[in-house]
Amino acid sequence: MDKQKKQLYKIIVALILFFLGFFLKNETAQSVLYLAAYVLAGYDVLLKAVKNISKGKVFDENFLMAIASIGSIVLSDYAEGAAVMLFYQVGEYFQSYAVNKSRKSIGDLMDICPDYANIEKDGQIIQVDPDDIEIGNEIIVKPGEKVPLDGIIINGNSTLDTSALTGESVPREVCEGDEILSGCINLNGILRIKVTKEFDESTAAKILELIENASSEKSKAENFITVFARYYTPIVVTCALLLAVLPPLILGEAFSSWIYRALIFLVISCPCALVISIPLGFFGGIGAASSSGVLVKGSNYLEALSKSEIMVFDKTGTLTKGVFKVEEINNEDGVDVDELIEITAYGEAFSNHPIALSVKERYGKDIDNNRVNDVKELAGFGVKAVVDEKEVLVGKYALMKENNIDASEADSIGTVLYVSKGGKFLGSLVLRDEIKEDSKDAVKLLKDAGIKKTVMLTGDKKEIGEYVGKELGLDEVYTELLPIDKVNKVKELIDKRSENGKLVFVGDGLNDAPVLTMADIGIAMGGLGSDAAIEASDIVIMTDEPSKIMTGYKISKKTLTIVKENIFIALFVKIGVMALGALGLANMWEAIFADVGVAVIAILNSIRVLRYRG
Amino acid sequence: MKKKLKMDNIDCAHCAMEMEEEIRKIDGVNSANINFMLQKLTLDADDERFDEILEKAKKAVKGVDEDAVIL
Repeated sequence: MDKQKKQLYKIIVALILFFLGFFLKNETAQSVLYLAAYVLAGYDVLLKAVKNISKGKVFDENFLMAIASIGSIVLSDYAEGAAVMLFYQVGEYFQSYAVNKSRKSIGDLMDICPDYANIEKDGQIIQVDPDDIEIGNEIIVKPGEKVPLDGIIINGNSTLDTSALTGESVPREVCEGDEILSGCINLNGILRIKVTKEFDESTAAKILELIENASSEKSKAENFITVFARYYTPIVVTCALLLAVLPPLILGEAFSSWIYRALIFLVISCPCALVISIPLGFFGGIGAASSSGVLVKGSNYLEALSKSEIMVFDKTGTLTKGVFKVEEINNEDGVDVDELIEITAYGEAFSNHPIALSVKERYGKDIDNNRVNDVKELAGFGVKAVVDEKEVLVGKYALMKENNIDASEADSIGTVLYVSKGGKFLGSLVLRDEIKEDSKDAVKLLKDAGIKKTVMLTGDKKEIGEYVGKELGLDEVYTELLPIDKVNKVKELIDKRSENGKLVFVGDGLNDAPVLTMADIGIAMGGLGSDAAIEASDIVIMTDEPSKIMTGYKISKKTLTIVKENIFIALFVKIGVMALGALGLANMWEAIFADVGVAVIAILNSIRVLRYRG
Repeated sequence: MKKKLKMDNIDCAHCAMEMEEEIRKIDGVNSANINFMLQKLTLDADDERFDEILEKAKKAVKGVDEDAVIL
């Protein structure tokens, strides 16, 4: 029988004894039953108290409860002593129930680590410890199983449930050649995977380690509680002693009533409500964030995030996709749009530049290399090639000018490709780095939620940067910055924030490392599978979505609200009951409520954040 | 050497803090951290004496709470 169940039965039997005593008329029998209930409910507390006092621990909770209950018996009657002990045990039971419950929800949350991996041996599939698998080994993942290690699919296709990693509920399609991350759940097909990372280095293990270690980076609120707990108990116990001795000596009143008041102090002297619920609140907040795809590396960062004032974004890869796309097509009169794209794609046939790749993607058909000859890259200008026996030029406006081609200049923002064939201008294509779908909403929501200033920094051209800034409704945009300029700009902005406000920098984590470290909070985007991003930042957004910043922000606010509520409730009730107790207006029942009752309320309040999804 | 050890029956957060402090006092321990919610002890101690230190840590934990164990 587990400890908790045993405790429950003990409490129930003690309660029955207590109520039997309550209804009995015979005073002796009553006292016997009350005493029996008291001993049954409290013998372990009394035993621990004796043991601890022999070790010299006077501030031990068991010892304090023992004194308080014995004191009640002596000063009042058996009924109250038994009631005090019973009520205390009921409270403790609820407390441990609540703790177990939250341990379970946290356990579920962290259930991303697989216990085994399947390998093929002599034609048989056997299960082995994922720790024993080495890089280059082949593993098999069956439908319904968790992917145990990071790798590349070498055979099979399937859909994956990535929600444990990204918070994304839509399953992802994968096929041969795709990278696959541990922690995902394989939904239908059988997958054969070539392992690329050892178990400890795989995504699932890394994430788990991050969440587990997050609690060692403590927030200010937690540090406050630690210090508070150290002084609170001795101070309250000292007050109790003074209360028991001084008033009777000075006022000449009976000791008994003042000792009773002192006992009330002793019962309230444990800071448990705060010591459990505050870290639990932060832990829950970090857990809730991670199941939404936002990894927070410590309670201190979650606390800081809730105080964000200035948010600085990198452009490429953060607010935009970092992938160019043909956004405008300006074909000359008499030129077919499809023809213009075809010619451009053929002109760029042998180039691997991102721009060329985007054009080819837009063309969408296979390129017949036999149609292309004499390709010449003209560095900084474009490309010259012979397509279908005619000279094709693709590149900047200057390229057209130089070849005396009469081109009409496009006045669009972005990268413009001018195209001519056989000396005749066909038109131009405008390519732009696409803004992510949720960037605009994210910026708006963050502003509505109280972020004072949103800033974008980019190394890109002025027109492009300003266009993106305007499109997204950002407050300030700084363009054409070198990496060192970004550092200086962030320094300037840090000076502008208020005393308690925090500056957040959001980047893609690859080339923003210095700025990520310098900002109060560095958020890396799209960190899924990228070690560099996880290293350099304080918070990692697992998906590529800027809207997740808002999710993280909301969870941080919620966590802090709950933490503040708990601090307020606990201190208010404890100090309130102590004040009433000192004046002789509170009894032992209220004191126990102020101790364990408040602890249970605070724990239940903290658990709320675990289920919060922003 | 750093090792993560599972614990059981830690009933109060307060006790976990006390256990942490007691373990840190053991000679050869570089750092000790108990995660109350996960019931996990992260112990960083001297390589050669690790087993000996672990035994001492187990005793220290018992000293704070009879029921608590390091698995």
